[in-house]
Amino acid sequence: MATTVASPGSTTRPPTPRQPAERSRRDPATGRGVVGTLLLYAMLLILSVLILAPLLWMLSTSFKTTGDATVLPPQWIPPTPTVEGYTRLFADAQAPLLRWLGNSVLVGVLHTVLVLATASAAAYPLARMKFAGRRLIFALIIATLFVPGFVFLMPNYLIVDGLGWLDTMWALVIPGAASAFGVFFLVQFFQSIPAELEEAALIDGANRWQIFVRVVLPLSRAPLATLGLLSFLGSWNDFLWPLYVLFNPEQLTLPAGLATLRGAYATDFPAVMAGAAIASVPVLILFAFVQRYVIAGVARSGLKG
Amino acid sequence: MTATTTAAPATGPVAGARAAATLSPSRPRPWTPYLFLAPFLLIFGTFVLVPAVSGLWMSLHNWDFFLPDRPFVGLQNYVDLFTPDALVAQQFWESMRATGLFVVLSVPLLMAIPLGLALLLNQRFRGRTFFRAVFFAPYVLGVSVIGLLWQYLLNGNTGLINGYLAQLGVTEAVPWLTATPWVWISLVGVTVWWTMGFNSVVYLAGLQNVDDALYDAAKVDGANRWQQFVHVTIPQLRPVILFVLTMTVLASANMFGQSYLLTAGNPSNETRTAIMFIAEVGLEQFRMGLAAAMSYLLALLLIAVSALNFLFLRQKES
Repeated sequence: MATTVASPGSTTRPPTPRQPAERSRRDPATGRGVVGTLLLYAMLLILSVLILAPLLWMLSTSFKTTGDATVLPPQWIPPTPTVEGYTRLFADAQAPLLRWLGNSVLVGVLHTVLVLATASAAAYPLARMKFAGRRLIFALIIATLFVPGFVFLMPNYLIVDGLGWLDTMWALVIPGAASAFGVFFLVQFFQSIPAELEEAALIDGANRWQIFVRVVLPLSRAPLATLGLLSFLGSWNDFLWPLYVLFNPEQLTLPAGLATLRGAYATDFPAVMAGAAIASVPVLILFAFVQRYVIAGVARSGLKG
Repeated sequence: MTATTTAAPATGPVAGARAAATLSPSRPRPWTPYLFLAPFLLIFGTFVLVPAVSGLWMSLHNWDFFLPDRPFVGLQNYVDLFTPDALVAQQFWESMRATGLFVVLSVPLLMAIPLGLALLLNQRFRGRTFFRAVFFAPYVLGVSVIGLLWQYLLNGNTGLINGYLAQLGVTEAVPWLTATPWVWISLVGVTVWWTMGFNSVVYLAGLQNVDDALYDAAKVDGANRWQQFVHVTIPQLRPVILFVLTMTVLASANMFGQSYLLTAGNPSNETRTAIMFIAEVGLEQFRMGLAAAMSYLLALLLIAVSALNFLFLRQKES
């Protein structure tokens, strides 16, 4: 993986010609000595081990027998590898793990699509049109960015109950879909699009909707992808809300479902780690592919905030 | 760029709009912006604006989910929370203390360690992007996986951590998840492990925006590495530090999953955080008026803290 994820800032940089006067032990690209480089890598490796070891232990335990999972000294390679932890978990009707996985994917995708559609449509007029109430609407949206989410917990529970959405995926898809952050984030970007592009389209006879769909959205792929990834991750990992609005084991999302494993499998460590592994491997693989965009998105949204 | 030309040969129903647009391209139909805004505002109004107000209204009523009528009680719910001998007041402030303690313990670590990490990652070396991804990875797993995993790792009898401690000669098992102060060390440690990559990335973006010329100027003035850090990096990073501080305080004050999954609020509710208690009162006991009152108190406190952050750091700037 290390070789494929070249950072544009560092590795693809053309090699600087070596200055003859410079001391040969210094790397001209970084200005760091050999000892410094070794020290840097040593620190990075130690930190990486600290970060990754728990995840490897999770994976390793999921392939152990119950006895091997608690044996001392700790065994990193399962002495008698087995998938019993997984089969025990899959055999339990009270823990329909694949169903939870499917629920999480469906909820995450629907939520993300809704966030992107509503936030981009709302951000467009706020960024590019003049109309009565524009300032007020934008101010209201920004103001809610400062209100902590738990304030909405009780009232939203009652609203969702009133709509008959308790124990359905709509309770997870819709209420959080009005992303004030998303609108704020996209307004910033839309404002940077040159006005000439829009004016040209207007004169060509396009209406606002056509300009939005054919000019603005295609130019906004990067911020839309960022917002989409952050929305999906947020939905995928949401814990408190699904814990309280879903009851039926069939309806649970992965995070809420995993919380029920804790009690039911108190001492069956391989089964619990199998559940954790199933929940984390897909998202880690996805992250490996899109990590550049996720990280860039976090960095960008962080600075804009 | 080609979109402008593809939009041109619009036919049929658009023909009328074309004529109108050519006449006054800068003044579209007056209701157009509201149509764009409508879907967002529908959801925003229903699940953000209405709840923000109705929560306040709930907090002024004895709003029990199971009661047929919910009488208006004025500020009674708030008064109850400030009545020292009321059980709910004791429990509420105990949970606020837990949240406060977690904020005080975790925020400095979550400010300092990620900054160090970001400085490390801001160097030029091969595989920088790879290491960045490694440090960020735990964050994408979510609190439920983190909770399950660390409950196993920190298990007093069979956990990996105590397993290694035993090998190092620590004969007595450390009660990581069942006794103070160990519970706090565990909750803070797990949170740092889980989220430090997130803050590092925000810092890193800030570091990459610092103008190299400033470092060159400092070097010319004879500043060493530490002086460069204090006189260039920190001042240049101030807006980013303010942002990270505000976000981290809010995130720590919202702590719920770690306590719920790792310690279940134990020992004797000492790690039951404010959010955990609010959820218990509101969504398990269904005393929602009271829970709403607690939410507003906590929210006011957090908004005040964020405002202080801004004032304090802005003042330093000027």
